[in-house]
Amino acid sequence: MEKKEIVLELKHVRKDFGNGPVLKDISLQLHKGEVMVFIGPSGCGKSTLLRCINGLEGIQGGEILLNGKLISTENTKWSEVRQKIGMVFQSYDLFPHMTVMENILLGPVKVQGRNRKEAEQEAERLLERVGLSDKQRAFPAQLSGGQKQRAAIVRALIMKPQILLFDEVTAALDPEMVREVLDVMLELAKSGGTMMIVTHELSFAKAVADRIIFLDDGIIVESGTPEEFFTRQKTERAQRFLNTFIFREEKGGDEA
Amino acid sequence: MPELGIRVLFMGNNLQRLFTGLWVTVRISLIAVLLSMVFGTFLGLAMTVRNPLVRVTLRIYLEFIRIMPQLVLLFLVYFGLSKAFGINLSGEVSAVLVFTLWGSAEMGDLVRGASNCVPKHQYESGAAIGLNRGQVYRYIILPQILRRLVPPAMNLTTRMIKTTSLVVMIGVVEVLKVAQQIIEGNRYTVPDSALWVYGAVLLLYFLACWPVSLFARHLEKVWKN
Repeated sequence: MEKKEIVLELKHVRKDFGNGPVLKDISLQLHKGEVMVFIGPSGCGKSTLLRCINGLEGIQGGEILLNGKLISTENTKWSEVRQKIGMVFQSYDLFPHMTVMENILLGPVKVQGRNRKEAEQEAERLLERVGLSDKQRAFPAQLSGGQKQRAAIVRALIMKPQILLFDEVTAALDPEMVREVLDVMLELAKSGGTMMIVTHELSFAKAVADRIIFLDDGIIVESGTPEEFFTRQKTERAQRFLNTFIFREEKGGDEA
Repeated sequence: MPELGIRVLFMGNNLQRLFTGLWVTVRISLIAVLLSMVFGTFLGLAMTVRNPLVRVTLRIYLEFIRIMPQLVLLFLVYFGLSKAFGINLSGEVSAVLVFTLWGSAEMGDLVRGASNCVPKHQYESGAAIGLNRGQVYRYIILPQILRRLVPPAMNLTTRMIKTTSLVVMIGVVEVLKVAQQIIEGNRYTVPDSALWVYGAVLLLYFLACWPVSLFARHLEKVWKN
């Protein structure tokens, strides 16, 4: 990766819920336009890491810097930081009492104080980009899981965040819906978005990532390009992890 | 035909007296319900705080009020307070007090239940787009609590309206008491009036509760989408 400015930096981050550390000593740098994908077994701390980055969880040690500015302090204005670090969750998290359009406008209008008309036009453009033009006035209950997730992505995008965090956004979706959401993310990645993605979709990880981080037991076990990671694992732990997937694929038989 | 008990309703100002009685019923209920909604909301939100002392205190209050029959509570306030402390509340004030105590407890429990129903990720999604705590509550949490709350709250309201008939026992002349007076007063001239007068009372209670149900149904329809 050539020298690009560092957007986000983690230094020796430690997270402990009170019963042993979940994240032990995480250090990494995210560059502008980089797509970083976290993989690893369940409970390895991937989701927790994302939640720490936008302040949904506090950290017990280390530092998190956004554009060189320390954000892991007692008096961080998270409301401001979160406008720069957007997040999309696993659960269908649209607000059920609002239409898709109202869901999307809440942030720009109430938080950023933007002009409603202007925000609405941008929302329309973004909805078109993810193929949801006809769903502006629909309520979340009328959408499929995949449509909800795409709307949730637009809701995060319209804030014009510097970084987007995706926390297993396809994990709760029916298999047919997974693709439409991944396609949207792939398109975002290609158009230069800076992203951190937690996923279990390995082939997607291979396609979208600039760098793959393999986490296990709260530490970064491996970090490298997808090519390196999927063909020449450096550690036995990563090999074992990948093998479980290969086994599953052979058994299923119908996966490419 | 002219012997039918129904004519008692149209004798003198009987019908007007019944409506005056109904107004007493509605007045007590209305004040108690409004106060209960306000106090109940605070009570319900207070029940969700982590402080164990607050929780236990509120829990005891809730259980106490629930276990006690409303009639006992009415006697306790109306007779008990005056005997023990020399506080002489009028029947109507006692009624409003008791029904507010009861309504707030029930309402509090409904609010607590409804707020527990809003999933945690709704708070987080709100926070994730940069809303501050107050905004998350205002735009995301409270509207959802309110929607869940309407059906049971309306149910509680009609229950309170109906239960006010107990205040007869502490000497408040409301619609049921007026009905009794009319029946007693015409015992010799219209001996079969009971069915008709109580029938009319039934209708009046329906008249008081039906708009509440209609209102609830309307809100549910508006919010359904």
